Parts: sequence; C-alpha cells; structure tokens
Amino acid sequence: MTTDGSKLGFYLLLAPILLWLVVLIILPHLGLFWVSISEKIGPREFQTGFGNYVTFFEEPLYWRTFARTAIMSILATALTLIFGFPIAYYIAKLTRGRTKTTLFLMCMIPFWVSELVRTFGWMILLRETGVFSNLLQYLGLVSGPVEFLYNDAAIMVGLVYTSILFMVVPLVTTLDSLDDSLIEAGYDLGGNSLSILREIVIPHAMPGIVSGCIVVFMLSLGNYLTPILLGGKDSLWFTGMIYTQFITRFNWELGSALGFLLLALSSGVVFLGLKLSRQSLADTMGRA
Amino acid sequence: MKIKVFSTVLVATALTAQITSADTLRLLTWGGYAPEEVIAKFEEETGHTVEVTTSNNEEMIAKLRATNGGGFDLAQPSQDRITSAQEEFGIYKPIDMSKVNADQFIPSMLMATATNTTYEGEIYGLPHVWGTSGLVVNTAEAGDVTDYTDLCDGSVAGKVSYRLKRPTLIGFAYSMGLDPFAAYGDTDKYQEILDQVEAKLTECKANVKTYWDGGDEIKNLLRSGEVVASMAWDTGGWQLNADNPDITFVAPESGALGWIDTFVLPARGRADDAAYDWINFVMRPDIAAMITNTAGNFTAAVGGDEGVSADLKARYQGSFDQAAVDNIKWYPPVPAGLETLEGATLDRINAAK
Amino acid sequence: MANPAPDLQCLDLTKDFDDFRAVDHVSFEVPQGSFFSILGPSGCGKTTLLRMIAGFQSPSSGDLLIKGASMIGVPPNKRPVSMVFQHLALFPTMNIGDNVGFGLRQRGVARAEIARRVDEILARVGLPGVAGRRVDQLSGGQKQRVAIARCMVLEPDVLLLDEPLGALDLKLREHMKVELKSLQAAFNTTFVYITHDQSEALVMSDNIAVMNRGRFEQIGPPQEVYHSPDTAFVAGFVGEANRIDARLVSVNGPVLTLESESGAALSVEAAQSGLSAGQRAQVFLRPEAIELTTSAEGLEGRENVTKGTVASVLFNGANSSVTVQHASGTPISVALPQTGDMAKLRPGSTVYTSWHPGRARVYPAPGA
Repeated sequence: MTTDGSKLGFYLLLAPILLWLVVLIILPHLGLFWVSISEKIGPREFQTGFGNYVTFFEEPLYWRTFARTAIMSILATALTLIFGFPIAYYIAKLTRGRTKTTLFLMCMIPFWVSELVRTFGWMILLRETGVFSNLLQYLGLVSGPVEFLYNDAAIMVGLVYTSILFMVVPLVTTLDSLDDSLIEAGYDLGGNSLSILREIVIPHAMPGIVSGCIVVFMLSLGNYLTPILLGGKDSLWFTGMIYTQFITRFNWELGSALGFLLLALSSGVVFLGLKLSRQSLADTMGRA
Repeated sequence: MKIKVFSTVLVATALTAQITSADTLRLLTWGGYAPEEVIAKFEEETGHTVEVTTSNNEEMIAKLRATNGGGFDLAQPSQDRITSAQEEFGIYKPIDMSKVNADQFIPSMLMATATNTTYEGEIYGLPHVWGTSGLVVNTAEAGDVTDYTDLCDGSVAGKVSYRLKRPTLIGFAYSMGLDPFAAYGDTDKYQEILDQVEAKLTECKANVKTYWDGGDEIKNLLRSGEVVASMAWDTGGWQLNADNPDITFVAPESGALGWIDTFVLPARGRADDAAYDWINFVMRPDIAAMITNTAGNFTAAVGGDEGVSADLKARYQGSFDQAAVDNIKWYPPVPAGLETLEGATLDRINAAK
Repeated sequence: MANPAPDLQCLDLTKDFDDFRAVDHVSFEVPQGSFFSILGPSGCGKTTLLRMIAGFQSPSSGDLLIKGASMIGVPPNKRPVSMVFQHLALFPTMNIGDNVGFGLRQRGVARAEIARRVDEILARVGLPGVAGRRVDQLSGGQKQRVAIARCMVLEPDVLLLDEPLGALDLKLREHMKVELKSLQAAFNTTFVYITHDQSEALVMSDNIAVMNRGRFEQIGPPQEVYHSPDTAFVAGFVGEANRIDARLVSVNGPVLTLESESGAALSVEAAQSGLSAGQRAQVFLRPEAIELTTSAEGLEGRENVTKGTVASVLFNGANSSVTVQHASGTPISVALPQTGDMAKLRPGSTVYTSWHPGRARVYPAPGA
C-alpha cells in the first residue's frame, strides 16, 4: 500500500515525461496522421480518405525509393557493425586507462562539428578535384581525375562515418563487461579466435550489437543531409521525398502519409531485427 | 527528421502567441536583400528594429503556411508564386497602395507586378529585385553552349549541372521551340509540353554530373572546373566572372527566364507600418544601389542603377544586349495545381535510369 | 630414466616483466596422477607461473615440458592442459551442456558423441541431468563441479586450478576441499592447484611448493612442509607459529641455547642450523607443540618451562587457544585442549608452559 503522499510524488515525477510524450510526440503525430488522411480535391477543399496512402502504392517512384532507402540503411548498418566491432573490441579489451579514454574521445571528435560541416568535409575529399582524386593522380595510379562523389558508395561512406560512434559506444559498454577470463577459458578449452568470437564474444555482445544496430538504422533511415549532398542524380532517399512534398510541392497531405509510412517501416524493420536476433527491446535498451 | 521539423513547427506555432512590439519588423527574405548597412541606416532613421530570416521561395511559402501567415511582417517571394499560394492557403493580405510611395518604382514593373499578383480584385505584391536565370558557362571549355538544350550535347558530357526544379522544365521547353507560359491556362496542352520535356531531360540525364541544389554548390562546381556549363542564375555567373573571366552568364538564345522578387504582407503580420516604411526606404535610389551591389541583381527602383558599381554594370551589359533583354521570358503567375503536374514530371525524370 | 616422463616439468622457469621478476628460476616436476599445490601469498608469482603453464604467458627463459614435450611456443588452445579459473569463467550465454561440450565442439566431435560424453562427465561429478539448465540456476558448489567437468571432459594431462574455492563461503569451501581431492583421485589426473590458503594446500595436496617472491622456498609433502619447514618464511607462512626473536648464546652439539630479546633462555635442538654464537636468530614454535599445565608438578626435568598468566582465551571448538603472557617477553599462543582443568582457564589464571627442544625450529634472522 502506498500512502497518498507518495502517490502524489509519483505523479509529480511522472508529469514531465507524460507532458513530453503527449505534447511533443503524441499530439504532433495525431496531427500528422490527420493531415495524412486528408485528400485534396480543390483549393482549400479537403475530404477524409486514404488517397495519399494509395498514391504511395500506385506510384512506383515512391515505393521504390522507400525500398531503396530501407535496403541502403540496412547495408549501412551492417557496414557500420563490421567497421565498428573491431574498433569497439580494441577499445574495450586491448587498451587500458588513459589510452582507452583518448581513443574513445577520438571517436567523438567528428561530432564536435555539425553534420553539415562533416558532410562538406567528405565532399572535399571525394570530389573530382578533391584530395583522393589528386592523391591517386600524384601517385600515378590513375591517369585522369576520378569522381568519387555523387554515387551510392559515397552515401555509404557518409552514413557509416556519421553513425559509427552510435555503434561503438554500446558495443564498448557491453564488451567492457565481458570478463577476460571467459575469452581465456575459450582458448584454454581448445577454441580458436573465430570460434571464440562466434560462441563467446558475439553472444555476450548481442544486446550491444542490437541496440547499436537499431540506433544506426534509425539514423541512416532518417538521415537527410548525407544522401542529398553526397548522393548522385539517381540517389534518391525517402526523407528527401518527404522534404520535397512538404516544402517544394506544398503537398503536406502526401508528405504526412509518407512520414507515417517511414515510421511504420522503421518500426517494422526494428521489430524484425529483434525477432531474428531473439532479443527483446527491454533487454537491449536496459543493458546497453 | 522531417517529422521532427514538422512537430517543432506545430509547437512553435502554439508558442508564438507572444507579444511582438509594433516597431519590430520581422523580414522573411533572400540572402543579400537586406545588407547590414541598410538595416543599420533604416533603424537609425525610423527607430524600428529589423529581424531578418533568409530563405527561398518554397520555404517562404512553407513557413507562412505552417503559421497561416503569421510570424513575419514582410516577405519577398517571387511574383509568379503569389496568387496561387493566396488561393490555396490564404497567407497574404492585400497591399494598401496609399501607404506606398509609388513614384519610386519603375512604372512598367510596378504595373506588371500589380497585374500578376492581383487575386479577387486586390493587389498583393510590389516589385523589388529582378533578375534572370539562364546559362552559366565556362566559355573557354564549352563556348558552344548557347541554349538550354546544348547542355545535352555530347561535347560536354559529364560536365553539366542543372537543378531538378520547375525553371529547368520551362527553360528546356522554350529551347525546344515550345511555349509553356502560353499553355499555363490549358492543363492538357501543358501536360503535352511537360511530356516532351520529360523525354528530353531523361535522355539528357547521362550528360549530367549532378543535380545541384544550392547556389554555393553550383559555384563550387564551376569554379573547380568539374562542371563547365550549367543552368543557373545570372548573379552566380557574374560573381564567378570576377574570379575567372572565362566563366560568365550567357543569356540563352531561346531567352533568359525573368523573375521579380516582390514585397508581400503576410496575412497575420503585426507591423504593417514598419513594413511599408521598409518598402519606401529600400526603394530610394541610394539604398536600392546598395542592395544591388550586395545581391548582384538590379531593383525596380527609379534611378536605382546609378549608384551601382561599374564592374557589375559591365558584366550585365556583357551578358545582355538589347535583343537579349527583349527576349527575357517573364514568369507569369503560376495557376494553382500546375505545380502538381510539374512535380510528377520531375519525379519521373528523377527516377528514370 | 626408466620411469615415463612426469606429467609436468619446469626447468629454470623465469618470467621478467618490465620492472620486476615475477618468477625466478623455478624448477619442479609433478608426477602423473598427483595433486600438486603451489602455496604463496598474493603477489608471489604463483598466478604468473600458472598462466605460463596454461600458455597465456610465455617464459622469459627456462623450459616447460608436459609429458616430456616442450610447450614453449605452443598456444594455449594446443596444450594438453585445462584450467579452472578463479571465478570459474563459465560461459553465461550457454547452458550447462553447451559449456561442458565447448571443448569437444572445438575438436569437431560428433554431436551425439558430445551429448553422450557431456552426460557421462556430469554424472561423474555428481550432477546428472543438469545439461539443460542455465549457469545462473546452479549453486556455487555445483558451478565448481561444472567447471571441473568442462575441463575433465577433454581428458587433459594436467588440470590447472587457480584458487577456485576463493569465492565460496567457509562451509562450502571446507566441503569442496574434500570433494576436489576425491574427484582428483577418481579421475587420476594430475592437478596443479594454486592458492594462498595453507589449509586448502595441506588438506588436498600430495606435494606442496611454497612460493615467495618468485622463488620456491620448499617442495614437499604437507607433513614435511608443516613440521620441517626449510626456511623461516615457510615456517611462518604454513600453519600457525609463534615467532620469537632471539640471539644464540652457545652451541652444545645439536642443542642450541638462545636468549630471547626479553631475556628468557631457550633451548632448541637443531643439528644443522649453520648458526654460530652471538648471531641473531628466529625461533618458530607451533601452538600445539607447547604443553600447558596449571601447576608446576611433574615438570621437573622438562626443558623450556616458563610460568605465565592467561591473557585471553580464544574459544574455537577443537581449535581453541590461549594467549599466555610470561613475566618477561612477548605473549605466545598455545593450543588449548578442551579437556579437564584446561576448559576452566580464565584470563588471569596462572599457567606453566613447556616445550620439547626438538619441536621448535630455528633460523638465522633476516639480514643476520
């Protein structure tokens, strides 16, 4: 039995988070949903219906971009994991004290500047008259300028770079909690590096891997600047389409519908990922 | 991410119930249209304070739409984007001509803008800055590019850039011998034109290095030599010309596309008097020249070109002879709904492989 | 040698770290099927030695042989040794069966065969039918046995144990000592056990090596190490002992006469102490070597008889003791048999202590 006093305290503590949830998350989404089911039939004339959602499925551009964005984001997540895991392992297991802190800070340095600046940095490196192209020419490896920018690979580089910290942090946290003696026991019992990684390290790091992947996937899916700036003429990104609908086409109705579909997509992929890795969201978010 | 922006806008709307003192002018305009020195002089002379937000056509309309015409006291969209936005969203209020010093405006431009921005018998726009879009070309490397369709020529393959926006559709249509502005009122005919342009731009896609988005991006591409011919604004070409004499703005044979940025009053603006003061102030010849020198474009102010730097005048004259000036295609008001057709066309071009 | 090579042989094994020498020219051998303990205080180098045997660290010099084959350069996963870690290191993400079967899986044994052998070994350690359970469902003692089973299923030549009882509570620890010994006997596998707890070493071992500052001070059976410590360190570290700082007065054949710092005369039998008159020495005397009486009757002719008063009584069942304060000198601890009059001793009671010269050990004082 709780006393009335402690109940009051409970509700007072709950109030800010409820307020935040309702005012900043639930209300805007309800508003957005309402806009998304308004079909425009003339200037300042609307009717309720799912026409905007139908448009999405009827127009191949939209759902192709949708699928493309999802697949690219999953790929970016996988690449981030592949690059992030050794970094996290190195930081968590092979360094101590000051070196560890320094390395961790170095991972964060790129985040001290804005995303825009970071992306422009990549443009300077990758463009035809940029650093990489000039370096290759200087080394005599290529005869003419090479364009690295404006393609899907450039987007991948940008996405992985932007999100790698969000993979490394939860991984370092979970790997840090892996007792070194478990790894030694693995070797002692005849395991090799590969089997120890597969049977001991990865199962232990699973909550960190899953939570890192969720965050990176969401960031990639919702990224706007990187795909727009680094991508080429065929590199469509779903958030770009939503932006176009809202801002240049003045079509808030379709934009809202696309926004909702993006929300459904990200939730769906995360759900599927959790099912496949047999992790629960509560577990993942609790441990990492 | 956009969802977040949208929700922020909604909340911002709810919170903008704060009182703004009548002598603060919240100006929604383009970069360069309100230089520091002009603001300082205006504040000194009138006692008003000015808050500037820089933007572009689409964002101006989107911002005003999000607040139902609130949050700003004066905005500067292009003249062709006023009546349709007014019809769809009702975000502007009519101009009170009695408060405007009409003598400061070049009569023909004032007249044309008034005609183009009249909706249900009321005038909504006054002309301010005008300019054109056409071709910015590195003449040393792509001297043959004299019209929009030349961008699709094999000799400049991979070194071409333009925006995937409506001016590109219209420019290409003219260059292909079509007359899109004449078809504005006829949806079927306009669609026919769009279909032809779509075919051309889809075919041309292989020639394009990238579709540019921002003014700085295209200037960088041209300056570095990665792009030698592009469709862009006249001022961009003239700025590059100052650094590299080979690059300049070329008025296309089929005609540059002429735009006029206007003054409009947002429907829920609170400082109309300050807004009129600003309009009358910046249209003074001396102030107009200051703005031309920073923005790079000429104004609709009588005598406004007298104080403009000789370099800029020379570049302007280099790009426009009298025939080219006469050939400028001025954007007529865009009928409501037309942009939906254009949007679909642009999407298809974007998706084409 | 006619005998087959011993299971484990260390020859002049040395390990240097950046600024100190952890293991200093250690040589020993462990015959097949014996229980060998390395006993020493923390920081003495015993863990480093064990990790060198397991292969996690490589020696700076010396050689290490298992069944006659040198292990230098052989990685831990290729050595015929297994290790029970201090905190057991059971894999928390696997169930018991997968834990025990881990090593067999690495060897590519067929699944059915793994399952059979896992069940068999779990039955042998007294835990039949737990293969499907999670690690955290077992008690401390059960985990202990699983950790041993996980190693023993691989039939190693040598099983290394790194203070595995440290984390257990006292009762369970006492129980596990007996159990470990009987498991070792049942498997007839060579165990190398490191610990800082002398009681664990004494109870379980066939041989004990006492280690201090990277060196072995003495190797021998528990009784020998306990009763005939070779050095002052061993005498002080293994078992309880009273230490009396003294100075040698005279040597009379095997009998030494000393004078303690507080002036009491001591007589000690030591054939080869290597001490000479006037030298400073340390006398070690076990509590149970001292006889305690409440009157002087019957003490005629005994040596080292002293009168004193009981300073405190430490009741601990069969291990009870009293602290006796002599008129001169430091208090000494004396074992207290729980019989007759002795049970009635209270602080302040007058007692007589006596001990046989042969029961004390004498060593040169450090630095003497």
